[in-house]
Amino acid sequence: MPMQPASTEIASRIAAIIEELKDLEGPLLPILHGIQEEFGHVPQAALPVIADGLNLSRAEVHGVVTFYHDFRAQPAGRHVLKLCQAEACQSMGSDVVAAKVKQLLGIDFHETTRDGSVTLEPVYCLGLCACSPSAMLDGEVIGRLDDEKIEEIVAEVRS
Amino acid sequence: MIPRIYIPADSGALALGAEKVAKAIEKELKERGVEAKIVRNGSRGAYFLEPMIEVATAEGRVAYGPVKPSEVKSLFDSGFLKGGHHKRWLGAPDKIPFLAKQTRLTFARCGVIDPLSLDSYKSHGGLKGLENAVAMAPADIVKQVTESGLRGRGGAGFPTGIKWKTVLDTTSERKYIVCNADEGDSATFADRMIMEGDPFVLIEGMAIAGIATGATKGFVYIRSEYPHAVATMNKAVAIARKAGVLGVNVLGSPNAFDMEIRVGAGAYVCGEETSLLNSLEGKRGVVRAKPPLPAIQGLFGKPTVINNVISLASVPIIMDKGAAYYKDFGMGRSRGTIPIQIAGNVKHGGLFETAFGLTLGEIVDEIGGGTASGRPVKAVQVGGPLGAYFPRALFDTPFDYEAFSAKDGLIGHAGITVFDDSADMMKQARFAMEFCAIESCGKCTPCRIGSTRGMEVLDKVAAGIEAEKNLALVTDLCNTMKFGSLCALGGFTPYPVMSSITHFPEDFKPAPTRVAAE
Repeated sequence: MPMQPASTEIASRIAAIIEELKDLEGPLLPILHGIQEEFGHVPQAALPVIADGLNLSRAEVHGVVTFYHDFRAQPAGRHVLKLCQAEACQSMGSDVVAAKVKQLLGIDFHETTRDGSVTLEPVYCLGLCACSPSAMLDGEVIGRLDDEKIEEIVAEVRS
Repeated sequence: MIPRIYIPADSGALALGAEKVAKAIEKELKERGVEAKIVRNGSRGAYFLEPMIEVATAEGRVAYGPVKPSEVKSLFDSGFLKGGHHKRWLGAPDKIPFLAKQTRLTFARCGVIDPLSLDSYKSHGGLKGLENAVAMAPADIVKQVTESGLRGRGGAGFPTGIKWKTVLDTTSERKYIVCNADEGDSATFADRMIMEGDPFVLIEGMAIAGIATGATKGFVYIRSEYPHAVATMNKAVAIARKAGVLGVNVLGSPNAFDMEIRVGAGAYVCGEETSLLNSLEGKRGVVRAKPPLPAIQGLFGKPTVINNVISLASVPIIMDKGAAYYKDFGMGRSRGTIPIQIAGNVKHGGLFETAFGLTLGEIVDEIGGGTASGRPVKAVQVGGPLGAYFPRALFDTPFDYEAFSAKDGLIGHAGITVFDDSADMMKQARFAMEFCAIESCGKCTPCRIGSTRGMEVLDKVAAGIEAEKNLALVTDLCNTMKFGSLCALGGFTPYPVMSSITHFPEDFKPAPTRVAAE
């Protein structure tokens, strides 16, 4: 497929998101969330379009995108597994859980498995602190992680 | 009467399998041809009993928990729809000791009602505060909130009424109410619970704040780690708008107030009020210098009330029952109730709303029941990642803003993390520095650079390299961070670090084996 139509299509999808949200007060974060929802990440190509749409400099948009942990420059794996590593989970052995998951998946935090099945990330608190250690798999919350649950998660992301 | 089954859709309950239990119950109802109404309520906060389901019987509600999906069949067999006995039977939920001992003012409805039924909200006392407020002069509302003694529940403990008065007294054609729902502190989940379990109380509190200060627009800034809270709040706002609780004529009065839900993007520092405002404006979540106070120049430079979820959610009961009623609870200058969140390595973890004044020991040992692991309690971190670690020796400290600060600690958002004796306090101190390094917004040098240097120096201590000298260096660094940072991230990271060093010096001595090997 020639490159030109694809990038035009991306640009028009981005433009539609901007058009829909730009009249909000403080529209940049909602727009970035919208783009990430649409594409799974915030493509580099989106930055000048946003800058243009909101009358900001590209540097300003770049600064905002890179400030927040949530916005991805590259797409994640098919699944995203977040393991809570904050204090309440630490008190219940979240470091052991993380070591085990890393070993089973063969990746470290902030990495994606080679087959693109899963991206592993640390998260600092899911608000499930009375059910530690906890995790979030593609938006689904999981508490009191034990070996059995870890194996279930790993099997699910690999299937 | 069709039986009514309550199955929590609270994130904590979902994390423990509530959805699977709900599916199993639906399946069983279908197979048995039994009719019943399923209500997805919030959680009452006794997480050691979640998923806790309840059935409404002629004698009142009967609870069962923690229920596993595989136990659903046997629940039906034992006639749980009529409150029949089962090994998971807990009886009347408000008689469960953990819940019976609480004083529920802010969380009175949480886990009880259908969170998205405005009728259910009203029949449990909802909207009375707002009804009173629309009939009052703004200054009188502010006076009532001030007299209640309510202080900011986000952590700083600043009197809510005084903040409101500043906004009321500042003239501007546009003012804002911003609710800080960026509950990032580990061990805290009160904001999440109320947003998922009783969202209208927050909406009501914000509408009252709007009327009291002349603000017509509100924002709730919720962290992205709380997708369920975001979804519930969005639905609740739409319902409230349709019912005229929000809009150009709040409850038919001439007061206009509307609100929007906004989602954060994974930056812990945005829980700091000025960086939250920057984030809402679509900027990097960098901390602003104060003054100007947000109450004078806040969101988009306009006068802004910025309050925590629990502060705002406590306002309706104050406007309903009066300042004196609320003030009557508590001790010293800490008035009313506080939802204490008991978390971590603890047997009975959950949310415990009570008047100020319980001692830390009562909370951890009696209410929390000690550790989940059954080992002795070694340390308790109070107030999230920026709070101090307390040893057993300080368990007589009463839960009160001033009492905690007198012991070089803080209540913060009232989260408590329990650690058993396997905790390594040097590791915890290092993590505090590491967390600060990950989450620093970068504005202040002591926070941005100091946190990384702090990690390195603590690593040296761990490796037994000039331990004494390096500990002195950490102490000096903490002092610089404390006094040289604009906000609580850099300013309070020294609390967990210094409390670990002060109360658990044995953990900072080089390991004997390591020394022997050298």
